[in-house]
Amino acid sequence: MSTVKDHAELAQVFNNDEKRVDWHDETLWFVRAKRDRASHGIPDWELLRETASQIKHNVLSNMHNYLVQFEDKALANGVKVHWAANAAEHNAIVLSILKEKGIDRMVKSKSMLTEECHLNDFLQDNGVEVIDSDLGERIVQLAKEPPSHIVLPCIHKKKEEIGDIFHEHLGTAAGESDPQILTETARQHLREVFLTRRAALTGVNFAIAETGEFVVCTNEGNADMGAHLADVHIASMGFEKLIPQRKHLSVFLRLLTRSATGQPITTYSSHFKKPRPGQQMHIIIVDNGRSIQLGREDFRNSLKCIRCGACMNTCPVYRRSGGHSYHTAVAGPIGSILAPNLDMKKYSDLPFASTLCGSCSNVCPVKIDIHDQLYKWRQVIVKNGYSTKTKTAMMKGMTLALSSPAIFNFSGKAGRLALKFIPFAVNNGLNPWYKQRDMPAPPEGSFTDWYKKNRKGEKS
Amino acid sequence: MSREIILNAIKQNQPELKPLPADVDFYYEQIDAAEKFKQVLEFIGGKLHTADSLADVKQQLETAFPQAERWITAMPEFAQYATLIQPADPHTLENVDVAIIKGHFGVAENGAVWVTEDLLGARALPFITQHLVILLNKNSIVPLMQQAYQLIGDGDHGYAAFIAGPSKTADIEQSLVIGAHGPRSLTVFLINDLA
Amino acid sequence: MKVGLFVPCYINQFYPKVAIATLELLEKLGLEVGYPLNQTCCGQPMANSGYEHLTGSTNELFTQNFAGYDYIVSPSGSCTLHIKDHLHSDKVPAEAKNIRSNIYELTEFLTDIMKVDSIKASFPYRVGVHQSCHGQRGLKLAQMTELTAPAFSKPEQLLKMVDGIELVPLTRADECCGFGGTFCVAEEAVSVKMGKDRVADHIKNNAEYITAADMSCLMHMEGILKRQKSPVKVVHIAEILNAAMV
Repeated sequence: MSTVKDHAELAQVFNNDEKRVDWHDETLWFVRAKRDRASHGIPDWELLRETASQIKHNVLSNMHNYLVQFEDKALANGVKVHWAANAAEHNAIVLSILKEKGIDRMVKSKSMLTEECHLNDFLQDNGVEVIDSDLGERIVQLAKEPPSHIVLPCIHKKKEEIGDIFHEHLGTAAGESDPQILTETARQHLREVFLTRRAALTGVNFAIAETGEFVVCTNEGNADMGAHLADVHIASMGFEKLIPQRKHLSVFLRLLTRSATGQPITTYSSHFKKPRPGQQMHIIIVDNGRSIQLGREDFRNSLKCIRCGACMNTCPVYRRSGGHSYHTAVAGPIGSILAPNLDMKKYSDLPFASTLCGSCSNVCPVKIDIHDQLYKWRQVIVKNGYSTKTKTAMMKGMTLALSSPAIFNFSGKAGRLALKFIPFAVNNGLNPWYKQRDMPAPPEGSFTDWYKKNRKGEKS
Repeated sequence: MSREIILNAIKQNQPELKPLPADVDFYYEQIDAAEKFKQVLEFIGGKLHTADSLADVKQQLETAFPQAERWITAMPEFAQYATLIQPADPHTLENVDVAIIKGHFGVAENGAVWVTEDLLGARALPFITQHLVILLNKNSIVPLMQQAYQLIGDGDHGYAAFIAGPSKTADIEQSLVIGAHGPRSLTVFLINDLA
Repeated sequence: MKVGLFVPCYINQFYPKVAIATLELLEKLGLEVGYPLNQTCCGQPMANSGYEHLTGSTNELFTQNFAGYDYIVSPSGSCTLHIKDHLHSDKVPAEAKNIRSNIYELTEFLTDIMKVDSIKASFPYRVGVHQSCHGQRGLKLAQMTELTAPAFSKPEQLLKMVDGIELVPLTRADECCGFGGTFCVAEEAVSVKMGKDRVADHIKNNAEYITAADMSCLMHMEGILKRQKSPVKVVHIAEILNAAMV
């Protein structure tokens, strides 16, 4: 057995502080409620979701040609295009671009892809300082933690804790926790960073095949501040960020932020097409397992994801276990169907970190069948041998009992044998059911017993 | 090298071609565009004013920003009221207090204004300034993003953006704070017959 | 019309009164109800744990038991959904297909097939309705709060016909209770926390009873209520719809 804690164990630790769980749950439910208000105000909402899903389906089915088209256009626009088969190649490309320019300090706006690639650690190991400029990302960077949410990176932190971090690193007064004051402090700190860094890396929300442009969405303006003041702008994108035509943005931009935070649109939806005079613009197109996922018929729809985070906010498990319990860059329901593609063994626990309630699929703006994929990943993981022997033995025992009416119906004074094979009713002291829950009082007889007596006239 | 490997893997693994949806332009909702624009812009933290003339704009701005020292505009027609931006290193815009630019049109459903590089003077200007002012023709509000992209069409811009309200963040406990890295305020002026 | 009664394994063993109420309800409607004595389980506990490949024998058994009925009715949205989505038979594939399209959860059978428009039952209590996820999001027994679509609820449509009942609104109308099959033990901490929060919502809104179309959710919430020594009780919707007039 590996020593790495799985989701259940990490979630249990998270649940040791129930008040904090309540706070985390309420904070994210508030975001879900804002999403509901925003989406319910759009009569065409469900049609928009369906349209977005269909556009993305077309993209998946024509990915090769769209990528070639996008590259052609981007090159014609004066942008340099790089291809990275995996995380290591992506990181090496970033480093080589910086080295060529003699740059050892870079500012970065939000990019979950660079989290997936662990770019910051790699660059730091190679003597390049990276500063994250999204406020939430800067906070977790100073705290030496990964983001716990793809849209709200430090949603797991209380303002008092953020105040302590700022006191230590940015010199705010001890005990200062007013979000207004902390944000102003970060503004001053990061303004100096924007003004002095010659390279800026941004993520990509959408890349347009027909024009070669890409769109970056932020509320803070940090992607633009970084890119417009830097000599070198690097944009990293997973290849699934493509959409065919510019007009398709009208569908996606209507869905993205309403789903994410309940805002009608992000403050800035910036369309980058050509470098400004004297600037270098690079696009790195990353695979890192995506082409494998594209080949998995049951799971390829996960590549439709536009990273809004709505599935996390609505997920009752995510809200009560925290992003870090998923031990992967992209947490929550979407992360749980993406991660096993990258490392099935390491992430074999994630598809089980769900009740399959289906709320994730309902909020998804591109209609990914998330909860069905969780179910399907469970089957794949077990078939590939990433289940425990105990669990397999238990399931085989249960199958045996449930396949035989004789065993199932066998009853004795000591209790019905079949109960032992119902997983949540295993009658021993180790059963986690009993820790915080009582069992139903066993009735005198089963329904089958009653039926035989009352409808078939049998004597008991 | 990786390019071919990736593209080949994709070609092999992508599913059978599925068509694009026939139409993405059919979403029309009956809304009073101008009224909705005002309502949404204020909801997202922006301000909406009307003005009779550019002189009127300047007068209203002076009342709004009495402390502002450095005023920059990218509109030649506004140059008599603010310094016209010159081609220069964008870092020189570091201490701009108020930037006045023109926008192409506004979008009612989300309060966004479409701006393109040619209206900005410098890409950094609408972000680095402490306060941003966008002038819009009064009749330029479209209802939805579908109509917005119809107007944008195949326009060829090196850089362009929708700007919706002032820069903001809610990263600390979901408390909304206006003025993250970009402007602390956004004021949109609707003007009759803006050239 | 021949109706087969499918009683989920844990209801059979732990909550026979729910199955009795279901049977009596169907009989009151004048239906000829059969109960195949050899039935056991739909196979969902294995399938949701990733062992769907082990469910061949339970599938064959289920198909054997329920072939030939016009309708199969079950007091569980979750088990019904599992059969609808996953029942297969190598021996008699056509029978399995028939069952998949003819199986109904009890409340949808009453509203959609039997078109029930009045119920002689009385339940003079404040009742919170728990929307079980598989019934709601899977079988679409009620509208889901995530969607931009008109509201409806088949369980509530029926409950509103009951004398004296007062349905209490919830703060979170359709959040999962955290049962989740083997999730309830594999992810004990989160499962219990979800259950506690769901129960608290009903209590906060002054429910005396929590009802649902799925006994598994109720068993989970009952376990929590009992541990908390709460006076709030759980009751399956069949028991309310079958409650005697006072």
